[in-house]
Amino acid sequence: MLKKEDKIFKNLYGHNDWNLKGALDRGIWENTKNILDKGSDYIVEEIKKSELRGRGGAGFPAGLKWSFMPKDSGKPHYLVVNADESEPGTCKDREIMRNDPHLLLEGCLVAGFAMRAHDCYIYIRGEYYKESSNLQKAIEEAYEAKLIGPNASGTGWDFNIYLHRGAGAYICGEETALLESLEGKKGLPRLKPPFPAAVGLYGCPTTVTNVETVAVAPTILRRGSKWFANLGNPNNTGTKIFSISGHVNNPCNVEEVMGIPLKELIEIHAGGVIGGWDNLLAVIPGGASVPLIPKSICDTVKMDFDSLIKVQSGLGTAAVIVMNKSTDIVEAITRLSHFFKHENCGQCTPCREGTGWMYRIMKKMILGNIDSKGIDQLLNVTKQIEGHTICALGDAAAWPIQGLMRHFRPEIERRISEFNKKRKVA
Amino acid sequence: MPYITINHKEVEFENGMTVMQACELVGIEIPRFCYHDKLSIAGNCRMCLVEMEKSPKPIASCAMPAAEGMKILTNTKNVENARKGVMEFLLINHPLDCPICDQGGECDLQDQALHYGFDKSRYEENKRAVKNKHLGPLVSTIMTRCIHCTRCVRFSTEVAGVDDLGLLGRGESAEITTYLEKTIKSELSGNVIDLCPVGALTSKPYAFKARPWELNKTESIDVFDAMGSSIRIDTLGKKTLRVLPRMNEEINEEWISDKSRFAIDGLSKQRIDTPYLLKDGKLVIAEWDEVLVNITQEISKRGKENTLALSGKFTDIETLFSAKYFLQSLGSNYFDCRYDNVQFIENQRASYLFNSSIQEIDNADAILLIGTNPRWEACVLNARIRKAYINNDCKIGLIGKKLDLTYKYVHLSDSIEHINDLLNNNSPFSEVLKNSKKSLIIIGNSAINYRDGKEVLNVCSEIAKKYNVANNNFNGFNILQQDISKVGAIDIGFYNQDFAQNFDQNIKNHINKFNPVVFLLSGDEINHSILEGAFIVYLGHHGDDLAQLADIVLPSPAYTEKSSTYMNMEGRVLQTTRCYHPLGVSKEEWKIFRALSNNFSQKLKFNNLSELRNEISNLFPVFKEINNLPSSSKLEFGSSTKIEDRVLEYNIKNFYMTDVISRASITMANCSREILNKVA
Repeated sequence: MLKKEDKIFKNLYGHNDWNLKGALDRGIWENTKNILDKGSDYIVEEIKKSELRGRGGAGFPAGLKWSFMPKDSGKPHYLVVNADESEPGTCKDREIMRNDPHLLLEGCLVAGFAMRAHDCYIYIRGEYYKESSNLQKAIEEAYEAKLIGPNASGTGWDFNIYLHRGAGAYICGEETALLESLEGKKGLPRLKPPFPAAVGLYGCPTTVTNVETVAVAPTILRRGSKWFANLGNPNNTGTKIFSISGHVNNPCNVEEVMGIPLKELIEIHAGGVIGGWDNLLAVIPGGASVPLIPKSICDTVKMDFDSLIKVQSGLGTAAVIVMNKSTDIVEAITRLSHFFKHENCGQCTPCREGTGWMYRIMKKMILGNIDSKGIDQLLNVTKQIEGHTICALGDAAAWPIQGLMRHFRPEIERRISEFNKKRKVA
Repeated sequence: MPYITINHKEVEFENGMTVMQACELVGIEIPRFCYHDKLSIAGNCRMCLVEMEKSPKPIASCAMPAAEGMKILTNTKNVENARKGVMEFLLINHPLDCPICDQGGECDLQDQALHYGFDKSRYEENKRAVKNKHLGPLVSTIMTRCIHCTRCVRFSTEVAGVDDLGLLGRGESAEITTYLEKTIKSELSGNVIDLCPVGALTSKPYAFKARPWELNKTESIDVFDAMGSSIRIDTLGKKTLRVLPRMNEEINEEWISDKSRFAIDGLSKQRIDTPYLLKDGKLVIAEWDEVLVNITQEISKRGKENTLALSGKFTDIETLFSAKYFLQSLGSNYFDCRYDNVQFIENQRASYLFNSSIQEIDNADAILLIGTNPRWEACVLNARIRKAYINNDCKIGLIGKKLDLTYKYVHLSDSIEHINDLLNNNSPFSEVLKNSKKSLIIIGNSAINYRDGKEVLNVCSEIAKKYNVANNNFNGFNILQQDISKVGAIDIGFYNQDFAQNFDQNIKNHINKFNPVVFLLSGDEINHSILEGAFIVYLGHHGDDLAQLADIVLPSPAYTEKSSTYMNMEGRVLQTTRCYHPLGVSKEEWKIFRALSNNFSQKLKFNNLSELRNEISNLFPVFKEINNLPSSSKLEFGSSTKIEDRVLEYNIKNFYMTDVISRASITMANCSREILNKVA
């Protein structure tokens, strides 16, 4: 369990003042100049050494990503913070922006400086009203205190932060769709390559990164990469905010060390599964787009990137959705299918045509109203989508269904045979 | 050059190529729907997936830049499965209505489904239905068939330069639409029909007329503007059913204008298919022998040496040549091609040619338009200017009335007077021209169809020399002709300097003086009033206004019905091909003049088309080589006179009705009503 002094997000629950004054009390903005004085290479190197992995879902090593920014492109560089937190089950970034916005802003300055960017855009989900108003207030405070703006924090580095509110499209959380949307166009993911680090916002080198990743950076630099790397397991280091929702007694956001056993996480922080651990049916460990894991795996699995990949799931955004035995698991996954059908951008063929098809088959499966070949057909459809799309939404739509079939196939087969029996009687 | 390995074979490729293009180098065809050479890359159909070593996922070959050492596999089981998967997705919501679809037989989806489609559908849900959109009188929509490749959207925004089409909605409910159900206001809109890989956008006028395999396909040349775009004419019997563009990088790339494509229904309306003779104030049907005798008598009666011949928009080289030599055999030198009074400088080829060549527009970084509306005078050329504007950040200046050219330009002045300022370095565009690496001056008819036309040419030539628009290696001094007949007519010497400067007045004087026989060679645009007192022999294919004034009407074939030589604005010799025999008893004009010359015992020296062509190229060597761009002519004229103030009015008032064929076309009438809100 994470020790109190190792917590990065000291005001996650908003018990204290979120304004600049409270932030200063918590040590945010304390000698930021010292960090920046060490130079951008040092910052990138430290982040690399800390083994911090991106908190937005894919878990790409953050330091490596930051180092992709060209050294002398001659063009302006941009830092874009992805605050379009729309993954069902995920609600970590909103707590940071609502209760500790200065933590994010300081991270923006540090990360932006490391990328040689003078401008930072925070693209915030449109529905996050309170979050955006707090964040905007915090930005104004920071400007006023000369923490950002010209000669930010006395470092001689000019740094501007702009807040941009999205309009509530899930796809705009995909980094290139986000850039399109930020440019004022329709949020359609771009083809890669070129990657944003080469051709990003307005055609300039850009790094798009998650709120949490940016927010933890200053603390890592203050306390040293070694401290961060020593938390958790190798390659899965540091702390992480877990959003626990669903059938638990106490749904919550909690900052914990990476690699904490899932059972421990739920029992200690979320007050346990409703009806007891034995009443657990399955858990979706990383938000809507990762495959679920049944109780047998939940008993032992550790919550980090690599452990979850080993059980054919993923950490994603660490949004733990707990489902106990009162859940109709097929209907639950069908609902997710509907979400992806509704939220895909419609640009490329597999998502546009495939997600609707999957959803309709899933809907029939709730009752079992398909023939026995239906399951394999559905799996085949998911395979036809997976990996064939421009962005990762196709994969995200396919995986939950694959996870369901992997672990709950007998349940669906039972429904099919029961339905067919009933039909014969009728 | 770098190497890429495709299916274990090393292939040399050029930098900047995509994987798909590299594959094409070795003859590996990659299936595709959204990719198109001339449009930006969308990569959204996912049909072109191939395997790349070290990549866990298949990649879209249309979008992936080829790189040294890449290893690509195009024929593996995985690739096959990926494509089959995509094909199935495309088909699940595509209606199975091929038997009633106009695209049938030339449908990309149909063709590729044959290879990658399953024989049976696994899809048991309801298919999606999409409401049809109204895109105007030319493009018919059956949007349920749309596969969202967005070629049409990319074409209209990138090439045509109109933001009328777009993709609305997302996911399953994404639809191609014009947002507000309005007509596409572009002269190039017909090209979306060719671009659409399925039957979602089809031709309205051609709807349900024929199947592609029933049609006779003839490669020919477009005559509606002076570009001479490469086209393919599809005919069924004696009916022209449709016109499609052919690839020609040097002229029209892959596009043609809506007039070229859709005015063809005018070819079967108001046609003259038999000779007519004026008897008791009425034109009555006559026999060829009768009318020829009649003409002979009239010529003799009114004075052979005063006989006049005037050419028009579609007059081909064969006609001009035979008419000229027939008249000369009569002792007359009265012939002219300047019915629109557009001036040029004698024996200076550079003064009436598009010297830089059309393709060079792509490389220009500054273009000065003088008295021209390229959007209507040569739409496809205008798309090239737009291309330069987008790709090279080409700066464009306009002297003439303000108008929408689909790109941004600096409006310099309404009046031609502004060229004085340019010459004296006083124009806001002077700096642009000075700093440009390759600049063009494009002069339109409206600038030089006045008595000071020659002076304008001279001053513009001075400007071109001054700003290095024209130098020893390159000549960026261009005249944008409007008629396919014009350059050839001048080259063949079909003009008389007596008629220069003020055509109407000079011709009128001539006619008043001699009351001669006048041959109108499809000269439909000539001012009627100047012909009073003449004996008019009209040679043409449409019963337009002028035919009604004629004393004798002789039927001649339209451009689809004869093989004619033309010279386009660049001075490139082009030939049309006969698609079917002429209507009725029409005869090629050269045959008529040959027969007439016989009556005067001065028989012209050719007996058939090839002899005629030999004769032409013997006397005028420029006509020897077909399809070749002539070497650029030098600017060997120029002087600085002060040009008077004159507001430039563009002479084309209605793009859709500029000539006999388009005026007879119902489709074009619909266009001018719906798109321009003009009643013909």
